[in-house]
Amino acid sequence: MQELGLIFRALLRNKVGALLISLQIALTLTIMVNAIFMMQQRSEQMLRPSGLDEANIFYLSNTVFAQDYNQQVYLEDDLALLRQTDGVVDAIQINAIPMSGGGWSMGLQTEAGEGKDSTGVAVYMVDDHAINTMGLELLAGENFSQTDIEWRASSQNNWPAKTIITKAMALALFPDDWQSALGQTAYINQAEPMQITGIVKSLQAPWNGWSGVERSMLVPYKMETTGGRFMIRTEAGRRDELMPIIEKALSESNKGRIIRRVTTMDDTRERSYRAHNAVNKILTSVIAVLTLITGFGIVGLAMFSINRRTKQIGTRRALGATRGQIISFFMIENLMISSFGVLLGVGGAIGLNIWLVSTFSMAPITPGLIIMGVIVLYLVGQVAVLYPARKAAKISPAIATRTA
Amino acid sequence: MFTYYLRLAWISIIKHWGLSLVMITAIGLGIGASMTTVTVNYLMSANPIPHKSSQLYNVQLDSWDVNEPYNDDGSPPEQLTYGDGTYLMNAKKAFRQNIQAQANAVIEPEGDDALPFMVTARANSADFFTMFDVPFLYGSGWDASSDDNKQQVVVLNNETNQRVFGGENSVGKNIKIGGNYFKVVGVIDYWDPKPRFYDISTGAFNDSEEIFVPFSMIAEEKIGRSGNTNCWKPSGDGFQAFLNSECVWLQFWVELPNAQAKEEYMSFLGAYVEQQKALGRFERPINNRLNNVMEWLEQQQVVADDAIMMMTMSFMFLLVCLLNTVGLLLAKFIGKAPEIGLRQALGASRRTLFAQYIIESACIGIAGGLLGLVFAWLGLQGIASLYGDMLKGLTGLDSTMIVSAIGLAILTSIFAGLYPTWRACNVQPSQQLKSQ
Repeated sequence: MQELGLIFRALLRNKVGALLISLQIALTLTIMVNAIFMMQQRSEQMLRPSGLDEANIFYLSNTVFAQDYNQQVYLEDDLALLRQTDGVVDAIQINAIPMSGGGWSMGLQTEAGEGKDSTGVAVYMVDDHAINTMGLELLAGENFSQTDIEWRASSQNNWPAKTIITKAMALALFPDDWQSALGQTAYINQAEPMQITGIVKSLQAPWNGWSGVERSMLVPYKMETTGGRFMIRTEAGRRDELMPIIEKALSESNKGRIIRRVTTMDDTRERSYRAHNAVNKILTSVIAVLTLITGFGIVGLAMFSINRRTKQIGTRRALGATRGQIISFFMIENLMISSFGVLLGVGGAIGLNIWLVSTFSMAPITPGLIIMGVIVLYLVGQVAVLYPARKAAKISPAIATRTA
Repeated sequence: MFTYYLRLAWISIIKHWGLSLVMITAIGLGIGASMTTVTVNYLMSANPIPHKSSQLYNVQLDSWDVNEPYNDDGSPPEQLTYGDGTYLMNAKKAFRQNIQAQANAVIEPEGDDALPFMVTARANSADFFTMFDVPFLYGSGWDASSDDNKQQVVVLNNETNQRVFGGENSVGKNIKIGGNYFKVVGVIDYWDPKPRFYDISTGAFNDSEEIFVPFSMIAEEKIGRSGNTNCWKPSGDGFQAFLNSECVWLQFWVELPNAQAKEEYMSFLGAYVEQQKALGRFERPINNRLNNVMEWLEQQQVVADDAIMMMTMSFMFLLVCLLNTVGLLLAKFIGKAPEIGLRQALGASRRTLFAQYIIESACIGIAGGLLGLVFAWLGLQGIASLYGDMLKGLTGLDSTMIVSAIGLAILTSIFAGLYPTWRACNVQPSQQLKSQ
């Protein structure tokens, strides 16, 4: 252990080189910890289930342009056609698609009247086939019955008597006990009552960046609209085969509309989280390259310092130092440099995080992650210095006897 | 002398090729990462209409709920209600004014085998084309009287004109849109401002629309509205009730040639809101805003948070690479102490030594910069493939970026070389010669 002082004094003779490595380690730690944290947050968001049987669902847009289009009759025709198609589990008309980014939100409140607290919720207008089509799990209450479904004219603004909400929405309205929401009345448009007749486990809103993404409601409506959507769930594994068949069948069954944007839920998820995915991939490569550069920097500097000290090392070997002692000299030296860098880096990581929190309202970093980053960088330093140190250990004691 | 130093630099770089490679790669990666993120930021924050961006103003009024601000930071809604928009339009108090909303429509081309297709549309007023300097291939925009008389006229973009009319001059012809016939008055030449400053409510980097029709077509229900709608107060049933509601869904732009015009327009807005307050609307404090194009893009944070974070990180990354290079150059130049001592003993001045080593640093910088350009190009390709059409048109390297990349690389490496060179020039010749 008396070696420590010796190593430290030797280190002080090349302050600048050591300082440069320390700074590199500090910056690497700063970036690494924050980047990993950002990646973790995005990955968590991406892992949230939408509540849908995504693998077997696709949807399409039905754009009506004909002037004499009988909305009610043709909608029933379309739904019958879809539901009778071989391989289709079920199908619905729906106003918005989870994760797609476009939809409709309303506020629900437990007390009627202006100025009362209301909770934002995504609205899905669907009929009694929705639970089956989306593959939702009904936790309490019951599905809509056929008689609950009303026709909604475009721009109509009143609401049906019943609604099914998600568990997260139930919890937001009744924070003490989500189950107590069943049978209760919630008010939409400040004063219109709707009875909560069912609670489903999960169904995400269309906006995945929204803090209330888990809050959705099903409203029993069939819509008269020129821009409708159908959502179709197929038997497992038959989605891709059925997509063109259904597109063709619908297009041909009625020429007063255009069927377009036939899209799978998988594609929607990919698109919805594409930016997240991209950022994660970029950050991963940044961290990898950064670690490599820092590692190579350590190797390079250690090699040079060993070249400069060839004679000293030879002398030490001649005076009886073992190879192990030479290796440990450089490893300990690196530990000292790393320690200084890591110390600065922890400060830097917290500083950058404070800036990110205040500028981009990101969450504060967890201490566990910082500790992990510290360990990783110590390891990188030790691994990087291993090769030069071993090379140093191979210097023959005979070198010391030769005068250069 | 310069060429001699270049040759010396070359010899030295080749002699320590491993070290040189690490330095060049490090600078290259740092420059590449920075240039990639800077390019995306630079294109995101580009001025889409440079010659008059300071004269075009977006109008905001705070018609929102008295109990709750529209945005947490207290800023008013980005869009206006139909009532407010049409009032401002009819008042015609600005040099030019444009009321607009996003829409879409189905076009049914003539001919039996031609299939109907969907287009993105903008419903706007006549001044749109002159305010935003829209270039025309054929014809022109409609005039204000077409707005007033609710004429069914349309301006097509080049692509739609190709598709429906085979690219010929279609001015004066009729086209069936959403079941109604519209007369073509103009065909737009290529026009795709990025960011699409005039409407960023549905995405700042969307393409410009395929057809343009008078704003009155929305109220006439000849064209279907799309885009964002935000409401705070329940409205009655039917489309008329929707138009009369407190929902915000349209954008309003004015062209104001100078500061005085802006001041006058601001006081006009103030008077309008006061008058509405007397009628029981606009219960929130007066919060009228006029932002010119660049202010508007800045305020609406068109440059994505992700892009700014990435840029910050990539500059830190460049700093790491720089430190790396400083350390390695230092090691290298100190390793040359005997050679430097010898040269000094033979009469080399500090200035010539300094020149020699700075040139060597700069050579490494130039090589790093060139490599950095390759990395930047690769990085942008990577970003383009990761984001797909989401960042379309934002991943191209232009000459400004190329020149600044190389410039930055040379500056960086000279800067990195300064301290090591200074140390090298301060070698004591006597000491070095003694140990030789």
